[in-house]
Amino acid sequence: MNKILTEEEVVTQIKDGMTIGVGGWGSRRKPMSLILAIIRAGIKDLTVVSYGGPEIGLLSATGQLRKAIYGFVSLDSIPLEPHFRVARQTGKIEATELDEGAFYLGLMAAAHRVPFYPTRAGLGSDMLEMNPELKLVESPYPDESGNHEQLVAIPAFDIDVSLIHMNRADQGGNGQFLGPDLFFDDLFAMAAKKTYMSCEKIIPTENLLDEGSVHTLRIPRIFVNGVVEAPRGAHFTECPPDYGRDEDFQKLYAATAKDPTLWESFKSRYLATDSHQEYLRMVDSQEEEK
Amino acid sequence: MRRSDICIAEIAECFRGESDILCNPIGISPIIGGRLAKATFAPDVVMTDAVSVLATNTLPIGDQDAPRVIESYAPYRTIFDIVWSGRRHVMMGATQIDQYGNQNIAAIGDFQKPKAQLLGLRGAPGNLINHRTSYWVPNHTKRSFVSKVDVVSGPGYDRMSEIGEPSNRYHDLHRVVSNLGVFDFETPDRQMRLRSIHPGVEIDEVVENTDFEIVIPDNLELSRVPSEAELEIIKIIDPTELRYSEVQDV
Repeated sequence: MNKILTEEEVVTQIKDGMTIGVGGWGSRRKPMSLILAIIRAGIKDLTVVSYGGPEIGLLSATGQLRKAIYGFVSLDSIPLEPHFRVARQTGKIEATELDEGAFYLGLMAAAHRVPFYPTRAGLGSDMLEMNPELKLVESPYPDESGNHEQLVAIPAFDIDVSLIHMNRADQGGNGQFLGPDLFFDDLFAMAAKKTYMSCEKIIPTENLLDEGSVHTLRIPRIFVNGVVEAPRGAHFTECPPDYGRDEDFQKLYAATAKDPTLWESFKSRYLATDSHQEYLRMVDSQEEEK
Repeated sequence: MRRSDICIAEIAECFRGESDILCNPIGISPIIGGRLAKATFAPDVVMTDAVSVLATNTLPIGDQDAPRVIESYAPYRTIFDIVWSGRRHVMMGATQIDQYGNQNIAAIGDFQKPKAQLLGLRGAPGNLINHRTSYWVPNHTKRSFVSKVDVVSGPGYDRMSEIGEPSNRYHDLHRVVSNLGVFDFETPDRQMRLRSIHPGVEIDEVVENTDFEIVIPDNLELSRVPSEAELEIIKIIDPTELRYSEVQDV
């Protein structure tokens, strides 16, 4: 089976108004070459569901994001995503902010095709007030004192397309992570109607155990509709062991949130490129200029 | 003795008596204090390397290359599983905290369009309702110790009493350490009490920098000063003196 696609072929599957699940965590192993392809294609009114990083900042800065559903939005070494901060403080995007663990349950409910998972997280905090659509549910089972406990019902996320980035994959869409943490990428793949996976390198199936044990094969192809080979496809986020975060470039990106002129030049230099390869050439030429 | 080192010894004290739980301090001074506790009087807690493993040895803060003695694997998903299991004591920061311990790290102003977007709720709602929690506030002022927080990320004792049993059964707000003193909620109505004051701080300074009435016990104690041996361990954990950038000496 061959599911190999290009970034451009993947984004033909993404329409205005869709809800996109994005794997990774903060500024770690984000499918950036696919996010840049969405920016090039100009797809609008998107909702992004993620443990948020630069995908939320970039898409809100380009005006393509309508709503963000997140546990947090961070660049890790920069604790709060600066473009996200601007978008929130100007009221540019709608926001559904969940407890980080509750977010995991929304993903898991979607992956398991149940309407919700129950949790205590949110009781007593303002999470319920901030998100009036969240409902409570009463346990059908009494506890030892005969009480029926009230819990928060975290609804399943309704995700049209998930995008994840792996270290290795085969052409059939079996994905492999070689870094320290899978994060929630398997759940993103299961939770969406369709999932597209970019990877650093497509390798023959028989070579999948060359670099990692069987425990690293956590994305089976039954949950993957297409696979894109994108070397440095997570740039500028980290993708260990292949590469770390490009902290200099991340700082350059972060600075554009405070200065519209810097943002315009960042946009024309890096986002107006016609491919991921061209974007990387611009990144590398900026390195050489230093 | 520098104020920061006193704060770190008192942060470590928050974890005294803990064993077989995930000691999970977040932020510079909390991580140093937590690692100090594990290296000394609380050896049986487990701690992460701030990436994805539980390491038994004393790691310098922020050092990605330091050798780790790994005892188990704890990626982010596992951390949430541990939160829900209750086998965790977290220390978080608080941009605002009130007299019942309600904490805000989410936003200043209205959530829908905040004046200042902060970190967000992060894991606070789930942490507070599932296991023991302490807080660290490096800048004790009327802007951080407030009479009312703008957003409740981590609920305090008044909110928990409102929702009642059985929902509140695992809520356990342990202590608050600031640059001026140590605080707990061991009062009849669970209002914040000054537990100990750092050497060199006057009671008036605490009162003047707190925007609510703080309970002050008759027999107020001084915070503990770290021993020479502890100071040596603090230097190993924080060789580049990050701690002094977080807490200024007066």
